[in-house]
Amino acid sequence: MNKLTVSLSPHVHSGDSVSKNMYGVIIALVPAMLCSFWFFGIGAITVTALSVASCVFFEWFIGKYMLRNPQPTVTDGSAILTGILLAFNLPSNIPLWMVVAGSLFAIGVVKMTFGGLGCNLFNPALAGRAFMLISFPVQMTTWPTSGQPFLTLDAATGATPLSVMKAAVKAGDPSLLNDMPSLPDMLLGMTGGCLGEVCAVALIIGLIYMLAKRIITWHIPVSIIVTVLVFSGALHLANGMYADPMSQLLSGGLLLGAIFMATDYVTSPMTKKGQIIYGVCIGVLTIVIRTWGAYPEGMSFAILIMNAFTPLINNYCKPKRFGEEVKK
Amino acid sequence: MNNSIKYIWNGIVKENPTFVLLLGMCPTLGTTSSAINGMSMGLATTFVLILSNLIISLIKDYVPDAVRIPCYVVVIASLVTILQMLMQAYVPDIYATLGLFIPLIVVNCIILGRAEAFAAKHGAVDSICDGIGIGIGFTLALTLLGGVREFLGTGAVFGQVLQGEDFGMLMFVLAPGAFIALGFLIALVNKIKK
Repeated sequence: MNKLTVSLSPHVHSGDSVSKNMYGVIIALVPAMLCSFWFFGIGAITVTALSVASCVFFEWFIGKYMLRNPQPTVTDGSAILTGILLAFNLPSNIPLWMVVAGSLFAIGVVKMTFGGLGCNLFNPALAGRAFMLISFPVQMTTWPTSGQPFLTLDAATGATPLSVMKAAVKAGDPSLLNDMPSLPDMLLGMTGGCLGEVCAVALIIGLIYMLAKRIITWHIPVSIIVTVLVFSGALHLANGMYADPMSQLLSGGLLLGAIFMATDYVTSPMTKKGQIIYGVCIGVLTIVIRTWGAYPEGMSFAILIMNAFTPLINNYCKPKRFGEEVKK
Repeated sequence: MNNSIKYIWNGIVKENPTFVLLLGMCPTLGTTSSAINGMSMGLATTFVLILSNLIISLIKDYVPDAVRIPCYVVVIASLVTILQMLMQAYVPDIYATLGLFIPLIVVNCIILGRAEAFAAKHGAVDSICDGIGIGIGFTLALTLLGGVREFLGTGAVFGQVLQGEDFGMLMFVLAPGAFIALGFLIALVNKIKK
């Protein structure tokens, strides 16, 4: 008899949830993960597995025994995602205890001390990477070259495209750029680098999947990519010692950062206008750090800096409420 | 006698300048890159703190209220100058490491704070006890923070290697590590005190 249920709005729900989105992003990361296993072999599998396992463990442990959350947050997939993204930012031959230390920093210090998912100021995986880059500068910047799947610790290491670019700018000598790998190689991932960043094609497949599933909108990735192309293109035209825009786009963690890191829901602005401001600033900062900064890669630092500005951007880009007077 | 112990205990636990009052953050964060640096900074501050508390409690009745802060600063600055010369003469290594932070003791808010809040209202003996208590509290806190940072950053404590070469997490020796380690130590102290 009682067919009418009285409840609060919303009455129609699409079934969207935190865990659904998190697992969506994880699915989008699968192609890049498979590529990293293919290129870096056992080292990549170990680092990824360990990173995911320790992130999930710390999330569970801290949530249960230190925060005493009534509802466990470990099943929502966000810790798994952080683990995968952190592993994607590491070289495959890194000592394993450092992976655990990085996971503890990412989950324990950056995420859980602020109150867990949704309260963190910075992207946990990226802050974990920044912590490791500052703490272990040697191990974090010695990359095995791609395509030697069965070597782990003694793998051959080589210069990455970014270090070649940096050397060219420092020496002011455009001819050094001839050492850069060819664009098709960089597109497919036949170059040195961190696990997840080398294969551009796999990352772009992930982007298309997430856009199709409406997990993210185009604003952040596209504004970052366009800014990088325009800014580095202008530099390249002004002086040949600056690398060309396509190499800038395909090297280092730029695509990984633009597609998977900068678009993190918690740490990016909420409105479309804010997202575009955020993306443009990340693009500019990345190229500035890459060209004139102390580190060869600027993507992670650029995103972390803009994470800190996100509350300010949100405040500036408040949407007009319905019925509010529009100033002319 | 009872009062003296109470004041000393108060400075170490109840009003610990670093963990409870959160005073003197600049030397706390700036000089604790190793346990020995933290301890030297703490002891140097203790020296100035005890003597300045003593002198100010003695002169408090003769200083006009309107100019008391400049008078206190002159007393503290003279003591710091003495300390600086002593350190330069007898412990030049530590003097070189701490560098600018020694003259900066003049503007350390713990010392001026205790002068204003305690020495200007209490007698000489009580003021010395307060200086000892706060000084020990500050030294302990800085040594603890320095020890934690040195261990996490280089795997050693007081220069004694406890963990192998590869252990260090360099960030803890640098500035961000100071903030993070201090934050967690304060959280831990609050948890224990509860």
